[in-house]
Amino acid sequence: MTGSLDAVLQAVAGVCLVVGCLMSLAAGIGMLRFPDLLSRMHAATKPQVLGLFLLLSAVAIELRSWALVPVLLLAWLLQLLTAPVSAHMVGRAGYRTKHLKRQTLLVDELDQVVARAVQDGPGRDGLAQEGPGQDGMGQGPAGQDVAGRTGGCSAGTGPAGPAAG
Amino acid sequence: MMTAVAWICGVLLSAAAALAIVRVARGPSILERVLALDVLLMIVVAALCVDMAVNRHTDSLVFVAAACVIGFIGTVTVSRYVTDRRNS
Amino acid sequence: MIRPGSRPATGTGEQGPRLTFRIELPLLVWMALVWGALWQDFSAGNLVFGFLLALVVVNVFRLPPVELSGRFNVWRAVVFAVGFLGKVVLASFQVFALAVVRGPRVRSAVVGVRLRTGDDLMVTAVGHVLTLIPGSFVVEVDRGNSTLYLHVLDVNTHAQVERVRRHVLDLEARLVRVMGTREEMARVDAERAGLAFPPPQDNGSTPRGGDTARKEAP
Repeated sequence: MTGSLDAVLQAVAGVCLVVGCLMSLAAGIGMLRFPDLLSRMHAATKPQVLGLFLLLSAVAIELRSWALVPVLLLAWLLQLLTAPVSAHMVGRAGYRTKHLKRQTLLVDELDQVVARAVQDGPGRDGLAQEGPGQDGMGQGPAGQDVAGRTGGCSAGTGPAGPAAG
Repeated sequence: MMTAVAWICGVLLSAAAALAIVRVARGPSILERVLALDVLLMIVVAALCVDMAVNRHTDSLVFVAAACVIGFIGTVTVSRYVTDRRNS
Repeated sequence: MIRPGSRPATGTGEQGPRLTFRIELPLLVWMALVWGALWQDFSAGNLVFGFLLALVVVNVFRLPPVELSGRFNVWRAVVFAVGFLGKVVLASFQVFALAVVRGPRVRSAVVGVRLRTGDDLMVTAVGHVLTLIPGSFVVEVDRGNSTLYLHVLDVNTHAQVERVRRHVLDLEARLVRVMGTREEMARVDAERAGLAFPPPQDNGSTPRGGDTARKEAP
């Protein structure tokens, strides 16, 4: 009985390992094949999280150890918390330095916000935090202006919007 | 069976690492390179995990936990640097 | 960063040590647990030592305190976590399939979605979850208006853009049910009942044109 359970666990661990590695491969393929920085970001973030989860559970299963679970969970949670932040930072830097291909975008609602911010010059701390002493586009757009603009952007999400959903 | 799994994983991870390295070499901007290096770091972590599972030890467990944080700090630093330098 | 609708910001140490300690308690417990996990030793002595260490760390490296809303629905959190895991799996395979099948021809969009809440923690949580579930990740955050600008992969029609918006707001509603304040809960409930809800911290002069999304239509 324990022998068959052992075999099952081993098989599960094996499948987890292979699929986890497959996710790394997915990230690699995505990095190479997607057209611009922002879409490559998807490939770099999402499969990694699942891949690490599968690999860590394979380690826990293979070592048959419950004492290991907290530290493995911690490693995964750390990645869960850091991966979106680093993706956001890279994406933001990429967007602001124009590392994107316009023709791959169907809609770009941020474009006008940033354009207006440049026009109005340095403003309040409108967009996400930004170090002091910079000028130009690095600065967040003036708060009031964004309020006006984003109101237009998210028209579909206004008071009437979500009721439809 | 575990040796077969180890071989399959090795092949998959090597292919993934090769693709990531191609992106590091080709990447038009430093952001793409740092992203690809992040992926590469995660592939190394994956290799460590496979090693731990197949050989049944926990030696590199702390590195796995630390690598996430190290990759995070590196990526954030570079992207901050890119955003800041463009303005000066 | 005092904004209407939220409690007054707790400065570092202005309200007296007692209140600060109460707000920081979840963080301290979390850090003690991390300490225990790293040592793989959850004995009482080790946890207490970790807690003391966390106390030192929190007091030496001061950061603005994260204010939790004070309510947490465990059942909904479990449901949310299971759904979230399922979506992470889906997201990974979706990206894989897209990378292999569509590759360089994939089209995407940058969509702005204005959230209901102005709470920093909630906006962060929604942004994090959005980055990990299929299709979207956060490019830019407009903190003043709690608007997230998402990059959405594989968007081909404007109808899909609208669907993304509804999806994001639905996600926010579910997160509010897990850990939002009572105020936000009431707003979500009212909305579900089909009532118009008061827009979050409106400046009064916000035009709601609805033209922006159409303007860039090819």
